[in-house]
Amino acid sequence: MDLVTPVFWVFAGWSVVSAVLCITRRNPISSALWLVSTMFALAGIYVLLDAQFIAAVQVIVYAGAIMVLFLFVIMLLNVGDAPREWRRWPVGLLGVGLAAVLGAQLMMLGGYGRQRLADEFSTQPAPVNPALVFPEGMASAAAVAERGVVGAVAEPLFTAYLIPFEITSVLLLTAVIGAVVLAKKKL
Amino acid sequence: MLLGPSLALSAVLFTLGVLGVLVRRNAIVVFMCVELMLNAVNLSFVALAQVHGLGGQVMVIFVMTVAAAEAAVGLAIILAIFRHAQSVDLRQLTLLKG
Repeated sequence: MDLVTPVFWVFAGWSVVSAVLCITRRNPISSALWLVSTMFALAGIYVLLDAQFIAAVQVIVYAGAIMVLFLFVIMLLNVGDAPREWRRWPVGLLGVGLAAVLGAQLMMLGGYGRQRLADEFSTQPAPVNPALVFPEGMASAAAVAERGVVGAVAEPLFTAYLIPFEITSVLLLTAVIGAVVLAKKKL
Repeated sequence: MLLGPSLALSAVLFTLGVLGVLVRRNAIVVFMCVELMLNAVNLSFVALAQVHGLGGQVMVIFVMTVAAAEAAVGLAIILAIFRHAQSVDLRQLTLLKG
């Protein structure tokens, strides 16, 4: 029996419910904790999609480090429940309308299966064999089977993407200096 | 495989993030909704990495790094704003209003 699909829908429902609660809670701390819950659900989905290393990094870096930074700042500023947290009707209604239009457009993505992706990427006329367009078949599963969970990500990261990787370190240094300069009262 | 459902879930989460950015008034919550949008994009990267090779998963690592840098700098900016205006309510930040 295929367990992956029902488990996927459990995690999908969990993440959507948590995201809705995250944007509707008045208290910023409950918002942050529901966002952590969304990130845990997404980590579960990453495991189902053959991205085990990304799932671990998601829990450690996103749910662990970044969200702790958010909670720290919320508690530092001591922001409590807002009396009127929502924007009033002209702006609020406009926001809901814009988000609905964007969501309707993005939902077209739901129709993209492997066959349709193969049709759009190939230069051949419409019904093409997906196995010819994506020769390795399940690329990430094959890479994990060949090089292991960490090696599958590390091999392209340190060969094809080496220059972006080095530039990222400069970006992090800039962010550290910038954060200190901005947050310090007097240098 | 689950490519279509993953992309649809990614679209739903991204839309919820946009909705949060547009309707919330607390600057920190708006910031968290941006993180939600980044997570939604990460999900579509991972889903497409299944058929296109591992470049998508590498890109997710870059997105996480940029998100960490953005969170650090953005929260420092919010701290500076709070020190200046004694509030993180976006409606009260009207310095540029004529």
